[in-house]
Amino acid sequence: MVDLSINCAGIKSPNPFWLASAPPSNSAYQCCKAFEQGWGGAVWKTIGEPVMNTVNRYGAIDYNGQKILGLNNIELISDRPIEVNLKEIAETKKLWPNRAVIASLMVESKRESWHDIVKRTIDTGCDGIELNYGCPHGMSERGMGSAVGQVPEYCTMITEWVTEVSTIPVLVKLTPNISDIRFPARAARKGGANGISLINTINSIMGIDLDTLELKPSVDGKGGHGGYAGPAVKPIALNLVSQVAIDPEVNLPISGIGGISTWRDAVEFILLGATSVQICTAVMHYGFRLINDLLEGMTNWMEEKGFKTIEDFRGKSLQCITDFGNLNLLYKTVAEIDESKCIQCNLCYIACEDGAHQCIDIIPHNGKNQPKVREPDCVGCALCFLVCPVDSCISMVRKDDGTEAITWNELMKTLPQPLTWEALRQFQAKHGIEIH
Amino acid sequence: MNNLAPKLTPDQYEKNFSEIHLAFTRNQAVAEANRCLYCYDSPCMKACPTHIDISTFIKKIATENLKGSAKTILESNWIALTCAKACPVEVLCEGACVYNERGEKPIEIGRLQRYAIDWYFKHGMPQLFTPAPKNGKSVGIIGAGPSGLACAAELALMGYDVTIYEGKKLAGGLDTWGIAPYKMSYEDSLKEVKLVENFGVKIKTGVWIGEDLSIQDLERRHDAIFIGVGLDTSPDLKIPGEDLKGMHDALEFIEKVTTRKWSSVDVGKRVAVIGAGNTAIDAATEAKRLGAEQVMIIYRRSESEMPAYHYEYELAKQDGIVFYFLTAPKKIIGSNGVVERMECIKMKLGTPDVKGRRVPEPIPSSEFHIPVDMIIKSIGQKPAEQFLSQISNLKTQNGKVVVDFETMQTSNPKYFAGGDCINGGKEVVNAAADGKRAAHGIDKFIFGK
Repeated sequence: MVDLSINCAGIKSPNPFWLASAPPSNSAYQCCKAFEQGWGGAVWKTIGEPVMNTVNRYGAIDYNGQKILGLNNIELISDRPIEVNLKEIAETKKLWPNRAVIASLMVESKRESWHDIVKRTIDTGCDGIELNYGCPHGMSERGMGSAVGQVPEYCTMITEWVTEVSTIPVLVKLTPNISDIRFPARAARKGGANGISLINTINSIMGIDLDTLELKPSVDGKGGHGGYAGPAVKPIALNLVSQVAIDPEVNLPISGIGGISTWRDAVEFILLGATSVQICTAVMHYGFRLINDLLEGMTNWMEEKGFKTIEDFRGKSLQCITDFGNLNLLYKTVAEIDESKCIQCNLCYIACEDGAHQCIDIIPHNGKNQPKVREPDCVGCALCFLVCPVDSCISMVRKDDGTEAITWNELMKTLPQPLTWEALRQFQAKHGIEIH
Repeated sequence: MNNLAPKLTPDQYEKNFSEIHLAFTRNQAVAEANRCLYCYDSPCMKACPTHIDISTFIKKIATENLKGSAKTILESNWIALTCAKACPVEVLCEGACVYNERGEKPIEIGRLQRYAIDWYFKHGMPQLFTPAPKNGKSVGIIGAGPSGLACAAELALMGYDVTIYEGKKLAGGLDTWGIAPYKMSYEDSLKEVKLVENFGVKIKTGVWIGEDLSIQDLERRHDAIFIGVGLDTSPDLKIPGEDLKGMHDALEFIEKVTTRKWSSVDVGKRVAVIGAGNTAIDAATEAKRLGAEQVMIIYRRSESEMPAYHYEYELAKQDGIVFYFLTAPKKIIGSNGVVERMECIKMKLGTPDVKGRRVPEPIPSSEFHIPVDMIIKSIGQKPAEQFLSQISNLKTQNGKVVVDFETMQTSNPKYFAGGDCINGGKEVVNAAADGKRAAHGIDKFIFGK
């Protein structure tokens, strides 16, 4: 029997799936509906300073006919009065005692303001607080959101103001719009944070309407950067989550966010160290009903893999992460095409010919043009494997026997320095490596 | 004709003859275009007789570069709208789509081509090509069918002065007169005629060469001549009763239907179509859609020898057409000069002929009678031998004009030919390819390059 329950920085929930602080968690109506369908928690849409939204606020990027590969927004924090939100948070928590209800907060950078809102939040009976240091538009121009997340000193300062009065766990939600995510994460820890949530949205311009030449979305002809989210940002989020997860100076529980749409995405975040995962765009696209497959898919996968709890596999892939200098230079694979599966679309041919190393030939065979890999010339780059539209038609087959391994870092200790092309060439010749 | 089928209401006619394959909406077209894998050196392109760069025009639909998409299509095929709607795509481009190899639905290439070409016509045929300066040479084209139009368009862009002579009152050939309205309206064919005229081609309709204008005059006027005359009417059945009222030729019947004046076309309550090619299927389904109660196809071989494409056969079956296989008409019986019934005989398949098709042989004493009010003859078309015989030194084989397939030049060096008159009756797309190739053959002949 699989147990999906988690404890993320002291916040418990029956499963790792939380609604991210965003439009789907805007009200008690929505959060209660999500809980009814099985969601483990909800980070309430950020409450705090008085704001007013523009009417047009979302833009999307579609790809090859698929809608919403990415979604951006210029929506602000909750535009409903703070009293209403606090009342609804309290009611929701009362109705759903075993779910995680987390209040996301953002107020002006004054100690008293933070003390005040933290106290009022704790009074709702909610399970935790998430500090929104990420919002990249609107609020940042008023000195909040990512304006805080981009300056480690501010992160520490405000986190301290919160943790010095909070009696419940405090998560700090980081902006990805920074050159090294570890610095604000470390700053949050210094301020006493119990956990890190990441990533918030990425600065973006979604596109231009080629008829009007206005930005998308356009607010009466004007626009600007907004926060980018959705499936397109997942690889960026995975990298940032892993950086925080492996940094010994942070060493805090993580709530992973960024383009999670399926249980598979969620498993990847957990494998890279997240304890809970937060979802927004997929819910905005398809609704709360996604939770059914999220729970079922993760459970089935865990059963298949023999994992009984989330902790059993959390962070398991972090051990694979290393620097380029530690990768084995003698690991060799080549592409193999299964001709019985090949449909002769020849996408592998043109990709290799124009985009890689010219090692696929087209051989006429039985009236069809069969692509064939010229193995001695294949550098194993896997571009053909990536473009092939047929399942397991092209595979990357290991050719070295695994007995020898040398990394760049190791090699540099054996070769005379400063390094010369000739020294490298000799190393390559010794190991039968041809460079095209 | 006895027992006329009652006329239908205008709404019923419109419903019966509305297009089977609907146009794509924008979203549908973009989604389908995005499904295309964009194969390199794609099999669909090779399967098309005009070798349209299909994956390229489809990707341009995906990016909504419809002008560019139309240009890619027209660069290879001037009869692109008719081909999009009337091509047997299942056995050509779509049949070659790699998705078939993957066990999935092929890309709907025909409908995508239509989407791009519809855009081109809806936007008033924007200029996509720049004609070369006039070269002072003149080419005459006999017949304004698809091969003639394709040849004319190509030559006009190369700088030739081109005149098409067409005996009928409307140009377009079988594209105008011979396509079932639920596949395509004759108005679509006329759009393609207009496209060709836009390139400066003169089309003289109502001019039969050899009657209204002599071969000698034609030869005097032009430096080269293209023959795109197609075929003649059906041959005789050579059975008694063929001259009775109620006997019709399939193409003549179809021609009346293409005018879209549905109520003016009489059909009998019981209609027999003799033959089982694609034209026979068209005639049968059109008769049914005009209100005939009972329509049957009489074919002397079996289902597996039937020349009609599989999907045409399916369409006919869906329309409730009854097939009499291994059945041959022996005698048509009437009274007062009007068809009443048909005597048929059952057949069996004997030994294969030179083409490998088993020869049908009558089964003795197996005659039976089918009561009919109308008989539509669809047993292929005769070559236009009478016309072709007027051209000196023009070699034919089994009635087909012999050409060099590289240049489409005939045995009379001034004459080139293409379309049904050289192949005995193939697809529009073959005619379009022939005409274009002939244009380059003519250019080589005139300028020796």
